[in-house]
Amino acid sequence: MATSFSSATIPLHGSQENRLLLPPIRLAPSSSSFLGSTRSLTIPSSRRLYHAHAARRSPVVGVQEVVKDKKITNTLLITKEEGLVLYEDMILGRSFEDMCAQMYYRGKMFGFVHLYNGQEAVSTGFIKLLTQSDSVVSTYRDHVHALSKGVSARAVMSELFGKVTGCCRGQGGSMHMFSKEHNVLGGFAFIGEGIPVATGAAFTSKYKREVLKQDCEDVTIAFFGDGTCNNGQFYECLNMAALYKLPIIFVVENNLWAIGMSHLRSTSDPEIWKKGPAFGMPGVHVDGMDVLKVREVAKEAVTRARRGEGPTLVECETYRFRGHSLADPDELRDAAEKAKYAARDPITALKKYLVENKLANEAELKSIEKKIDELVEEAVEFADASPQPGRSQLLENVFADPKGFGIGPDGRYRCEDPKFTEGTAQV
Amino acid sequence: MWGILRRSAVDGGGFSASSLRKTRFALVSARSYAAGSKEMTVRDALNSAIDEEMSADPKVFVMGEEVGQYQGAYKITKGLLEKYGPERVYDTPITEAGFTGIGVGAAYAGLKPVVEFMTFNFSMQAIDHIINSAAKSNYMSAGQINVPIVFRGPNGAAAGVGAQHSQCYAAWYASVPGLKVLAPYSAEDARGLLKAAIRDPDPVVFLENELLYGESFPISEEALDSSFCLPIGKAKIEREGKDVTITTFSKMVGFALKAAEKLAEEGISAEVINLRSIRPLDRATINASVRKTSRLVTVEEGFPQHGVCAEICASVVEESFSYLDAPVERIAGADVPMPYAANLERLALPQVEDIVRAAKRACYRSK
Repeated sequence: MATSFSSATIPLHGSQENRLLLPPIRLAPSSSSFLGSTRSLTIPSSRRLYHAHAARRSPVVGVQEVVKDKKITNTLLITKEEGLVLYEDMILGRSFEDMCAQMYYRGKMFGFVHLYNGQEAVSTGFIKLLTQSDSVVSTYRDHVHALSKGVSARAVMSELFGKVTGCCRGQGGSMHMFSKEHNVLGGFAFIGEGIPVATGAAFTSKYKREVLKQDCEDVTIAFFGDGTCNNGQFYECLNMAALYKLPIIFVVENNLWAIGMSHLRSTSDPEIWKKGPAFGMPGVHVDGMDVLKVREVAKEAVTRARRGEGPTLVECETYRFRGHSLADPDELRDAAEKAKYAARDPITALKKYLVENKLANEAELKSIEKKIDELVEEAVEFADASPQPGRSQLLENVFADPKGFGIGPDGRYRCEDPKFTEGTAQV
Repeated sequence: MWGILRRSAVDGGGFSASSLRKTRFALVSARSYAAGSKEMTVRDALNSAIDEEMSADPKVFVMGEEVGQYQGAYKITKGLLEKYGPERVYDTPITEAGFTGIGVGAAYAGLKPVVEFMTFNFSMQAIDHIINSAAKSNYMSAGQINVPIVFRGPNGAAAGVGAQHSQCYAAWYASVPGLKVLAPYSAEDARGLLKAAIRDPDPVVFLENELLYGESFPISEEALDSSFCLPIGKAKIEREGKDVTITTFSKMVGFALKAAEKLAEEGISAEVINLRSIRPLDRATINASVRKTSRLVTVEEGFPQHGVCAEICASVVEESFSYLDAPVERIAGADVPMPYAANLERLALPQVEDIVRAAKRACYRSK
């Protein structure tokens, strides 16, 4: 079954011999007398997740229990179609980011470019469960979130090249991917900035349901990193999301490094999932290199949110194979650590799972890879051939209001009233 | 009759069908009321504006500290919780960055938040959201995501509240493209501009003044109508004159009007312009006035360096240099953090005498 994914032998942050990391810690709630009350929190759906933590002998808390339950009913975690969708999405993310690196070094892309290699399981695992009207908010490492959510590779590549056919017409850039159509609400350069914005989008879902009396089951997912979890806004939003019971999922992509600052050097208590219960929401830790485990946790969290039960904090243990950005020499990370995580490549793992469980054969997977390669190549050609923005675009879109004079009593823009621009307000 | 004159003033002379109807109404009402104008405090004007906009559009909601059960830290949101319920009037925890960001996110998703800062000094804790996620978003997303949000609250000096509660933020916010910055003076300004701000599809920073909240101003029937709103980006000439132009905003408009009275006694006719909108700045009105009077005195409460006055002076020098008969005069708050002692505070802020002196200097009546 899912034994190829078994990370039961791997402690929380990596192998035993990695001297950077803390010794394995028991994460079961019962071990922390301070938090002892987590069991008494009346959050029914989370009990199953806590059981997963409690029962594990190894410190890794994945959702092994959930997975084992499924085994009893003798079904796999995914169907063939789902498996192929997941595989294709992860391959798209990986190929796209690799192509970005190539294009950057050729000078076609410029500025700050932050690549997502290695973390694809998190994006695919969560976003493939969402509908078009659900929202995603991300940080500067947002190319793959946009792709998973449905923004076309062409639009993202053109945006990175700064062309007018980009998803933001070249005005946003790598760090500011916005798409109203697919509800990608950014792309924020400041870490922690996206969290309150995501909380606001979730707030709108709830407002639509309760005040505007519309049918609205939209959830919002906020993706951010381990460094962000030391930022004040994160805590402010955990508080308010739990207080107002907002349909939001806070997904921490804990790749252990914030540029060159190790998570362990900067955080008093490095176990981020624990901060959820402190605010009254379940906190879950999952192996972020395993797309199926992430997907199981995501299903639970999304269902919770849609049912109106409130937010969830999910910490995904993951790793970025490349540096923080393409300008980062990446000298501080240990080669052994990188090798260890490279061995846990989520794409290789899913491929192995699909093949071993006879969900797909090598040929089918190869054809997907080929298709994606062609798609990405085509996206580059398209972006290359697209024109740069025209000069007049510089001054456009500062305001939604065409001339900045506001809206008149009749509900139309004042500048549309031909009499308006004659004369000014008099005594 | 005032109703009609004001109407034509506001519309720049245009009469649409709806305004004709209102004109007739104004005519009728002008005949039936002998004395004409009512009075309204700025506080009531703001309260009524928020109330009417909330009832007109269910997507409008209010959030901030103490806006609900406490009835508003300065009672601006009085009665709104009882009328609209806790789903539309949110008492937030003390988390400016958090709740401002939530407001911005809600605006991204289509709602129309009115976010109150207890004073704009506290907005510094949330300034990243006002500027980076609100002001810049329409541009960064190439028009896909606009942010119809209003950030409002008292700005500038109050009475004896010390350095950390007295800064004027007009210059800071007005320097950012993507924001609209409004500063009302009278009750009519407050009503009209706040209604325009709430309806506006862009982020608006609405700078009120704590000391003006309790002041009463005459208000026309037309301004009391629920569809009334003022244009953004247009200044108002509060008093016409021909010798010197005094431009200012917010509380200083009152001081400038008093100064104009004093100057009139000495034979100097001052034209007082109430900016109303700091961004977009009504350069056309300012320059037209300076070309008429040839002298400029610009007044503000905030710090002098890089202030609103500096921008106005630059604009006038760039566009109307050959019309100027005297160097431009700039009166701003003292270049120090606001002191506490009452006499020092008085010295740190522009007073009527300062405006009179500057105007006389511009008219070469004194050294």
